[in-house]
Amino acid sequence: MTTVPASWYVVLGILLFTIGALGVLVRRNLIIVFMAIELMLNAVNLVFVAFARQQQAMDGQVMVFFVMTVAAAEAAVGLAIILAVFRNRETVNADEVNLLRW
Amino acid sequence: MTTLAFPDVAWLPLLPLMVIGATALLVLVADLFSEGPDYDALGWLGLIGLIVAAVCAALLWNQSGSTLAGTLVLDRYGLFFTILFAVGSGLTLLLSMNYLETTDIRSGDYYTLLLFSTVGMVLMATSVDLIVIFLGLEVMSIAAYALAGIWRTQVRSNEAALKYFILGAFASGFLLLGIALLFGASGETLLPRIGEVAATGTGEQRLLVTIGAALLLVGFGFKVAAAPFHSWAPDVYEGAPTAVTAFMAAGIKAAAFAAFVRVFVDSLGPLAGDWRGALWILAVLTMTVGNVSALVQRNIKRLLAYSSIAHAGYLLVGMVAGGENGNAAVLFYLAVYTFMTVGAFAVVIALGRRGQPHEDLDDWAGVGLRSPFLGFAMTVFMLSLAGVPPLAGFMGKFYLFSAALEAGYVWLTVIAVVNSLVSVYYYVGVLVKMYMAEGGVEAEATSARPYLFAALVATLAGTFLLGLFPTPWFEIARRSVESLI
Repeated sequence: MTTVPASWYVVLGILLFTIGALGVLVRRNLIIVFMAIELMLNAVNLVFVAFARQQQAMDGQVMVFFVMTVAAAEAAVGLAIILAVFRNRETVNADEVNLLRW
Repeated sequence: MTTLAFPDVAWLPLLPLMVIGATALLVLVADLFSEGPDYDALGWLGLIGLIVAAVCAALLWNQSGSTLAGTLVLDRYGLFFTILFAVGSGLTLLLSMNYLETTDIRSGDYYTLLLFSTVGMVLMATSVDLIVIFLGLEVMSIAAYALAGIWRTQVRSNEAALKYFILGAFASGFLLLGIALLFGASGETLLPRIGEVAATGTGEQRLLVTIGAALLLVGFGFKVAAAPFHSWAPDVYEGAPTAVTAFMAAGIKAAAFAAFVRVFVDSLGPLAGDWRGALWILAVLTMTVGNVSALVQRNIKRLLAYSSIAHAGYLLVGMVAGGENGNAAVLFYLAVYTFMTVGAFAVVIALGRRGQPHEDLDDWAGVGLRSPFLGFAMTVFMLSLAGVPPLAGFMGKFYLFSAALEAGYVWLTVIAVVNSLVSVYYYVGVLVKMYMAEGGVEAEATSARPYLFAALVATLAGTFLLGLFPTPWFEIARRSVESLI
């Protein structure tokens, strides 16, 4: 079995986080933006697990459960908000949601 | 009979938190049995719960301890903020009871969300574990996202909630990555242990801690609306229901600062040399951007949003100064700011009517002469925000800036003072409009809205009290930060 240093996972996590952050800034479809935020949170989860392994500390694994729960709660509220916007504006494009100056 | 082991938990430190949490659940259940459209009873229930929590926190003042594996502590710092949040949320509840009548928000959930958000705030201020601080932040924020968008039929409320949610969740991501790196450096999430690693760690550990601290700075910067992470604040403040805006400006900002100061002083104190410089720049940018942008605003809520950004800048000045005086000044100013900003938003609410929010500054023309009490209240709040003696805002700024001067930040103090002079222009501009222009709207008599009247009287009293007799209150703030350093 090939083994890799734990730091590779950390680097992968940070790369995924960067992709997620760029997605939030670049994409205009609100659902995609929301998915990019989820990617950021899950990238951090990967970093947590890798560090937990490296440090032999369970706190990191436990943290992942909390983050997953928080992400679920955020998804519930976030999708409800996007739905409310869609009902009133019939769009999920961030550029068309412009009543207040962005 | 089967018995189960009951965990040995010290309940005392959890008391205020549990009171607010229980009240929130009680309101949630009571909502099932209340027939709309009048939800004042739920507001009263929440108010009583907050008062009980504040009294509990005050009674615990001389106690100390920790609970739940050391993640939650009972110290004066946490108690100070618990009382402050109870006051801020209580005032918001008072505002809301009359405000909701003028909106289409017909649901008791409003009060439940407000109380749950307060629970998150108390968690943030009383915890010394990064996991719990993050959880508190999310409990507070997720409830606040829903609150911002609770006026579902209004497009502006939808948009405000959307922007608040997207940028808030984005900021949480950065904060979380910062926490992950601090954990990676130390294998710990408890603040004191991370502090040890920051002080004595190897080069690699210190590098991770430094990058982690920078990410935390970005995350907290978003939450307190510090420039250049402030762009969401004006839109969200303008679009959210006014009572919720007051809650965001007072409560949520204070909670973010509570965790911000605790994490950076308690845990990252050994790196202070590194982050002081970054905070210096952030403070100058935040003050300047806030004040200069406020100069050209025509919408009162937007103006107060930029003013709120500027005030985050003043608070950062106190954090840069640090030490007992600097941190105590931050706490004192947060208390002062709660009263004056909630008061200003109360006047905004008093001027609005059903379907006519009257948020444009032109609507305010002549209001001061037609409604003397509202005029007087707004004069007090605007002058206090501008920092005119003998009001609370002046004493708050005096403590902040003198702490910065003592710590040797002469230029920072000069920039801060110049900024507060600039701010006088737009605060007085509102008053000029209210007293010297003609043709605005007629405000409803305040006597017709008893809760709003009570909130105005309470915030006025707070603004005068903290301004005329600041010493004992500043002493309390100083005692509160003793446990920190």
